[in-house]
Amino acid sequence: MTATVTRDPAAPPATPRRRVVVSGPARAAIGFASGALLLFALAPSALSDFRLSLLAKYLCLAMVAVGIGLAWGRGGLLTLGQGVFFGLGGYAMAMHMKLADAGPGELPDFMALYGQLDALPWWWRPFASPWFALPATVLLPMLVAFLLGSLVFRRRVRGAYFAILSQALAAALVIFLIGQQGTTGGTNGLTDFQGFFGYDLDDPVNQRMVYFIVAGGLLLLLALARQLMHSRYGELLVAVRDGEERVRFLGHNPATVKLVAYVVAAGMAGLAGALFVPAVGIINPALIGVVPSIEFVVGVAVGGRAVLLGPVLGAVAVAWARTSLSEEFPAAWTYLQGLLFVLVVAFLPGGLASLPALARRLRRTPRQEVGT
Amino acid sequence: MLAGHARRRRTAGALAVLLTATLALAGCGSKTGQNTAAAGASVDTSGDTVKVGLLNSLSGTMAISEVTVRDAILLAVEEINAAGGVLGKKIEPIGEDGASDWPTFAEKAEKLIKENGVAAVFGCWTSASRKAVKPVFEANKSLLFYPVQYEGLEQSPYIFYTGATTNQQIVPGLDYLKSQGKTSVYLVGSDYVFPRTANKIIKAYAQANGMTVLGEDYAPLGSTEFGTIVNKVKAAKAAAVFNTLNGDSNVAFFKEYKSAGLTAASTPVVSVSIAEEEVKSIGTQYLADQLTAWNYYQTTPGAANEKFVAAYKAKYGADKPTSDPMEAAYVSVHLWKAMVEKAGSFDVEKVKAAADGVTYEAPEGLVTVDGATQHIHKTARIGKVDASGLITEVWNSGGPLKPDPYLKGYPWATGLS
Amino acid sequence: MTVLVGQLFTGVSIGAVLLLIALGLSLTFGQMGVINMAHGEFIMAGAYTVYVLQGAISSAGISLFVALPVAFLVAGALGALLEYLLIRRLYARPLDTLLVTWGVSLILQQLARDIFGAPNVQTRAPDWLTGNVPLFGDLTLSTNRLFILALAILAVVGLTLVLRLTPLGRRIRAVVQNRDLAAVSGIPTGRVDRLTFFIGSGLAGVAGVALTLLGPIGPTMGTNLIIDAFLVVVVGGIGTLKGGVIVAFVLGTLQSLVEYTTTLSVAKVVVFVAIVGFLQWRPQGLFTLRTRSLA
Repeated sequence: MTATVTRDPAAPPATPRRRVVVSGPARAAIGFASGALLLFALAPSALSDFRLSLLAKYLCLAMVAVGIGLAWGRGGLLTLGQGVFFGLGGYAMAMHMKLADAGPGELPDFMALYGQLDALPWWWRPFASPWFALPATVLLPMLVAFLLGSLVFRRRVRGAYFAILSQALAAALVIFLIGQQGTTGGTNGLTDFQGFFGYDLDDPVNQRMVYFIVAGGLLLLLALARQLMHSRYGELLVAVRDGEERVRFLGHNPATVKLVAYVVAAGMAGLAGALFVPAVGIINPALIGVVPSIEFVVGVAVGGRAVLLGPVLGAVAVAWARTSLSEEFPAAWTYLQGLLFVLVVAFLPGGLASLPALARRLRRTPRQEVGT
Repeated sequence: MLAGHARRRRTAGALAVLLTATLALAGCGSKTGQNTAAAGASVDTSGDTVKVGLLNSLSGTMAISEVTVRDAILLAVEEINAAGGVLGKKIEPIGEDGASDWPTFAEKAEKLIKENGVAAVFGCWTSASRKAVKPVFEANKSLLFYPVQYEGLEQSPYIFYTGATTNQQIVPGLDYLKSQGKTSVYLVGSDYVFPRTANKIIKAYAQANGMTVLGEDYAPLGSTEFGTIVNKVKAAKAAAVFNTLNGDSNVAFFKEYKSAGLTAASTPVVSVSIAEEEVKSIGTQYLADQLTAWNYYQTTPGAANEKFVAAYKAKYGADKPTSDPMEAAYVSVHLWKAMVEKAGSFDVEKVKAAADGVTYEAPEGLVTVDGATQHIHKTARIGKVDASGLITEVWNSGGPLKPDPYLKGYPWATGLS
Repeated sequence: MTVLVGQLFTGVSIGAVLLLIALGLSLTFGQMGVINMAHGEFIMAGAYTVYVLQGAISSAGISLFVALPVAFLVAGALGALLEYLLIRRLYARPLDTLLVTWGVSLILQQLARDIFGAPNVQTRAPDWLTGNVPLFGDLTLSTNRLFILALAILAVVGLTLVLRLTPLGRRIRAVVQNRDLAAVSGIPTGRVDRLTFFIGSGLAGVAGVALTLLGPIGPTMGTNLIIDAFLVVVVGGIGTLKGGVIVAFVLGTLQSLVEYTTTLSVAKVVVFVAIVGFLQWRPQGLFTLRTRSLA
């Protein structure tokens, strides 16, 4: 690692900007519309209630993947601690739902059981209000990411260090949550929710409602990620990934550029966590530790980290494969997951999304790329 | 830049459409408390088989323990099918992997109930997995049989608890220590619900019975560094240790315990999560003569147990020990069969109504279902690990104890729940 | 007083375990920049070596001492194989090695599960390693922890000697300090990389043997300790053994002292916060290798 200007092989060949301007919006609109059609019309009519709720879970994971795609695929920041932000969002939502279930002035059921508390701890109190809890699901993860990111990026902590620190953060948060059983539910996490803003979660109609909200949220994040990627900022982000020193010499501060991507990705993970809770009905420390944090990245790597849809499709595909394969062959699934990861990252760093391009390149002689 | 403007406007338009669509589609389901809750899931009794679900971790950290439970359930299913099935139908077991991950447990439980139409589900091990699936079974009005000793203070209308509750395991363990003249204990546990709740109960018991609790320490699940905790135990000079550690941690704890010069003779450890299977992986070098509290051991006398042990070893190998949770899981299938036959139906509500007083001649002795709590009457047994790695009984409660999950029959326990 | 000395000893011995694990990492991560998530599985390989050897050699003492070199070879060979098959293709992409080796660790864990079964296996320790040495008052030092401390010191000394005095060590240091210049000077950097990886992974195997005296031997035994060990290398500084040695003992002692007065959970969080704070102050770690390359 002598040279600082190593081009990330995961990146697609730099497309000349002209082409994006001409055909981009139209293609994006068509893609967006067909995505909406698929999620809002096709899936609900084709799938049973149970499968639809599974899809809602996958889509939540895909929302995390969109953020990782932005920070890692575009910005080269390997965010190995996304579980932390997913968890913060999830716990914020779950705390509100628990308090709403308990009713004003009452303690949530588990607190009475394990905590032996007389009153609600102070840091639970604000979550009783939806006007605090809902924004907090996104803003809290962003705030933590901002604090950690501004500490770490400014001191130019290098990629590998950052990855290990993120993991350690995830591990520390899990240990903390487990240790505070009386107020966080410990390893059990928070579960057994009755309602979601007054709507009964046992009712299949309301489960469908949650699915539509999740699907809408995912499309929203995709639109946001696309806007960011195609803006001036998006180009700066790629530039930081490919040559941080050069960007610095051009008068930009790479730390700020990275920080924005990191914070946005954290917010996306937070929203995903918040929607995961009503969709799946539980949030617990095991969902946000080191291993799930790596698994979030697995889907992104498999799908293709640097293109918009790669992370989403990868995350959904991996989650789906886990559900269906691990039922029949739990051992084989572990091998397959490991092998898939090794092969894709080592030999197909662009992920499955790069397969068509690869095939095209094999068919005809490669065009001269513009710059590196 | 013109193109840029157009793009932005188009995106904004698309977002508006999306938002409207989401809201329109998301509308109106029932509000909480309106009591229109989903009808109970229907048990699929078409065909000449009846399906039951097996929900255990086949992968991940809990697989070690849960696979043996699944084996025991399958043995019971096989026996029942060989004897003609239940109400003339053969049992068709459908296995799912909980993967040691609580949300996965909830997801698979829902799948078994909704997609497979199972008549009952057998499984779960950790309290966390039970808490995760509890709302699923309650929402769908379907049955779970839970085979592991647990921390009590729970009584779901859709769960049958065939493992010990606290008054059938922890309280007898304490009674035994008291009868041996041990007046001080040190509490060591893994950091999760069962040890924390158990220790709460132990502290209340100690206070009422003239025992002192000299310390209380929790190690994160999977932790293998016990130097400090053992130092604390040693410094406290406790007469005994009450151990609620789980899994891997036990290995590290007992290795450290022996190195520190603490022995079963000087400071015995009573463990509530170490059964025959765990003894095998820790080693008698470290465990010999230490105490355990359960309701069943492989060495428990009786014809029913001889038959169970022989059948298990014939099916899975002579080197495989049988243990308390396995036995409780095996018993749970037979109890379900007896309840269904008494009810004359697979219908969940009818089975529940028929449950009270159902008995089964189990390997641990006669067990009876208590309809009010949906727990079962069990005999408490204190055992000692012997040099061969088996556990031999040194004391028992003399007969089955009535389950008391909320410890209502113990004056010192008021205020715990 | 007794308590304090006892806790200090425990802390030092936690440090020794960390150090044994981190030593190998300081070669592969510190010197080569490879984040090898499968390092924990090489530890596991070392521990299972003891288990297998005890099947062949009945004396616990002899099998333990035979296991030390054998585990070094087994884990080292696994490491060299990993380097040859995958890692050498990824030197330009350090973050990707993290992901690839994580996939490898999943596969190795499942392999162990299929070969040895999912439950933990037991090994016997020789009797003199399950007792303790009385010091004064109530204070005793357990012999297994003394043994591990000795092993850790031996490993540090051995590794230092190899790096300082042998031609191989000279080459390794040359490659670390300036890979291109080393290559130009005729050092076969590819082969040096493989040997470095062999030694680093072999040390993980030795750590695995040591861990059989302390904890469980199972498929996931390596995963618990690996992040702590990485932190030791990060805080110690890249390319130096000295930093890692100091940091391992400091972190171990800090953890044991905080744990004694609070709980292990709090101790872990305190250690983490201390590390983040420290990296604010010295982002390059305790000691930095002076090098002319632009890393």
